[in-house]
Amino acid sequence: MSNPLSDNVFLTQLDAAANWARKNSLWPMPFATACCGIELMATASSRFDLARFGAEVMRFSPRQCDLMIVAGRVVMKMLPVLQRIWLQMPEPKWCISMGACACTGGVFDTYAVVQGVDRFIPVDLYVPGCPPRPEQLIAALIEMQKIVQTTGTVTGREFRDRTRATGPVPLELDEIRRSREATFVDQLEIFQPPKIGAN
Amino acid sequence: MLDLAAIAIRFQGSTSEFRSNRRLIVPAERLLETLKAMKSEFGFDMLVDITAVDYLEYEGATDRFGVVYCLLNTGSGERVIVKTHVNDPDPSLPSVYELWWGADWMEREVYDMFGIRFPGHPDLRRILMPDEFTAYPLRKDYPLKGRGERHNFPVITRAES
Ligand code: SF4
Repeated sequence: MSNPLSDNVFLTQLDAAANWARKNSLWPMPFATACCGIELMATASSRFDLARFGAEVMRFSPRQCDLMIVAGRVVMKMLPVLQRIWLQMPEPKWCISMGACACTGGVFDTYAVVQGVDRFIPVDLYVPGCPPRPEQLIAALIEMQKIVQTTGTVTGREFRDRTRATGPVPLELDEIRRSREATFVDQLEIFQPPKIGAN
Repeated sequence: MLDLAAIAIRFQGSTSEFRSNRRLIVPAERLLETLKAMKSEFGFDMLVDITAVDYLEYEGATDRFGVVYCLLNTGSGERVIVKTHVNDPDPSLPSVYELWWGADWMEREVYDMFGIRFPGHPDLRRILMPDEFTAYPLRKDYPLKGRGERHNFPVITRAES
């Protein structure tokens, strides 16, 4: 008689098992503040169908979510809300910054718009585009699943050494330049006539 | 059609016109009186908008701020724009909240963006910017990118959240 257990038991690491479970049921927290939010809704609905990747359960309570998708520009008044929602999400949690605005402020380089949420909350993945197509967001989600699978641990040890902000620190060179008068467009280098015969 | 020229003479103002926009420009002291007359005598029963313009460094401008009241007579469909000018320091105008209750938020917005105060307003607080904001962002001497208010937040790192 052969061993009845051999076909029914397989061994794995606890981490890998947990990651496998986690990555296939990410529950997004849709922090949709602007036009990117519409694309996020399109991604979640039947045509693009985020459900195929196990991430269709959008919950509007941060307590029930583990993946924050920041979709849209975040203004000064909204940032404390964003931070509070991020802090309210239970561990383990991840964050996708979706669209040019959430990543960098996009074209809204004004006094009221935060120049990238990654300056103030930790971001795992950036999705460029204005707005990113649903396919891009789905690609990001698959990438997120890879990240969870390869770096995740049951106890969340991998988060512990991320002690720095993911984004740029304010007051870099460009900030200093912005606080003074901006360069006129026609003086920018790309607007200069091409140098003929330079090569 | 309303005879704006006659009203302008009555309130020591002037008129101007651009396409079908008819404007009545009155001195700030006569503003409340003018608006009262516009409402009770000439039937402009709706205040469509209050907004302001900063004329700092504007060519040929003599005053710092222009404040614009867009009025509509819902009976006849006629529109008139009443404009007045105020200056630094402490630009202020009487509130028209008593005439049109809709002025409540519009005056708060003008206060928020330009720092023009409206004595007589029941609740003159900021409406768009956060309460702790100190500047008036639509003034021309305020830089477009702000003075670093947008960077003034605590940073949450992954390890501590
Ligand atoms: S990146 Fe483009 S689509 Fe997305 S919020 Fe900004 S402006 Fe809207």
